[in-house]
Amino acid sequence: MDLALYYEQWKNLMISGKDIAWWKEFFVKFYQAFLENDRWLQYLDGVGTTLITTALALAIGVILGVLVAMIRTAHDQQRPGMHNPFLGLFNLVAKVYVTVIRGTPMMVQLLIMGLVIFKSSRDFTSVGALTLGINSGAYVAEIIRGGLMNLDPGQSEAGRSLGLNYLDTMRFIVIPQAFKAILPALGNEFIILLKDTSLITVIGGKELLYAAQGVYGRTYESMFPLVGIACIYLVLVMIFSCLQGKLERRLRQSDRR
Amino acid sequence: MKRFFACLLALMMTLSLVACGSSNDGDSGSQNSSEETGFTTAEDGKLIMSTNAAFPPYEMTDDNGNVIGIDADIAAAIAEKLGLELQIENMGFDAALLAVQEGKSDMVMAGVSVTKDRLAVMDFTDSYATGVQVVIVKEGSDVTLDNLDEKMIGTQRATTGYIYASDTPENGGYGEDHVIAYDDGAIAIQALLNGQVDCVIIDNSPAQEYVHANPGLTILETPWVEEDYAIGLNKGNTAFNEAVNTALNELIANGTVQSIIDSYITAE
Repeated sequence: MDLALYYEQWKNLMISGKDIAWWKEFFVKFYQAFLENDRWLQYLDGVGTTLITTALALAIGVILGVLVAMIRTAHDQQRPGMHNPFLGLFNLVAKVYVTVIRGTPMMVQLLIMGLVIFKSSRDFTSVGALTLGINSGAYVAEIIRGGLMNLDPGQSEAGRSLGLNYLDTMRFIVIPQAFKAILPALGNEFIILLKDTSLITVIGGKELLYAAQGVYGRTYESMFPLVGIACIYLVLVMIFSCLQGKLERRLRQSDRR
Repeated sequence: MKRFFACLLALMMTLSLVACGSSNDGDSGSQNSSEETGFTTAEDGKLIMSTNAAFPPYEMTDDNGNVIGIDADIAAAIAEKLGLELQIENMGFDAALLAVQEGKSDMVMAGVSVTKDRLAVMDFTDSYATGVQVVIVKEGSDVTLDNLDEKMIGTQRATTGYIYASDTPENGGYGEDHVIAYDDGAIAIQALLNGQVDCVIIDNSPAQEYVHANPGLTILETPWVEEDYAIGLNKGNTAFNEAVNTALNELIANGTVQSIIDSYITAE
């Protein structure tokens, strides 16, 4: 059974304008989109880039997000009448960051980072990951801030009354409870991040979408490459949400509900 | 779990119904106009041309957002001959080629060169202009046609420049790792100016414009490859394709095409 032979034969029939059975046409288009010239390797490379970009962006996003959220909550939860000028300055910076990043489209940010700020960088994937991370950080910061601020102040007051200092109260009492509450929203943000990696194609990042565009640029048949990568993204996201579900169940074990 | 599958099944069935419905609509719509004119177009009385208007002087946009250029003028002349109203739709180059295959547009004019693979999926008119692909480099750079395989090459996605350059070395290309495809030529040129790529392979006419507009860029003397531009047409719409080809040949014969080209490309 030599698939390539069938492919050649049926493709020539198609080119000469003959009607062939739908499943033969399906096979020819599938073979052309994924198997001819080992094109599946290009998709595989794309998946690799997608995952690396997501992981990098995730790390940058979480670090930035936690930092910004801590500054913002610490500033907003000062005791009445107290005002720390340094905290005020950091808070202002954090606020500007969140406003600018949330207020401009992802695509524009990518083009600015790729063509204006990192003019001389040839590592398009890293530039893309950095941009995505900075973008994601702004959203993650707001999610975390929501979680921290939403916790009953009595919790941290109780911690402080028991003699724990601010950081210990945060670490043992506030953050574990807040984390559980924000997990669904965080998962949402990570899924968006994974799918947004497709945007780095515009600055030349060789991501999954880039592979598909390259293939249909050559074969002039767009359905199979596009539906194919849509399925790949879907599977990746499903794996991601499955892991998230596991983590949520694990964290719920101590609940008395 | 059972309920989930039931929902999924219902969704798929609905979607497949929708898909059937839309394809039927398309068929009945295109059959209407065939009686009077002898050929069919995507929309009655209109000649829809898809293009990628980032390819001066063949097609570019003016400050009002209208598509102008050699291809737009030739298309207007053809539309006049066929008695149709010209409507130009601007999109990515890859999308412009696909639009005509899917019958969303009647023809694609975007400096399209005829290749074997393209002939398999669309029809072409006779050629109306000769395109030369050249290599744009920064002034004083060490890039020549011989050491392209160790440089980073910028191209425009789905153009012949991209397809040939990204092919494997055995097939005369430089391999996917040495080629970056951008959405349009302007971004590729920006990347060259930034130093993110070492050269850009693109058609000669837009290359002249880009080099003219950006001091510090120059074109390598030897052209990279030569090819013919033609109008891409939907495969199978024979009556319409013959009408377009006849109209184009009349325009070439009476000198209209040459005078349009001359009005955009002055000095050679």
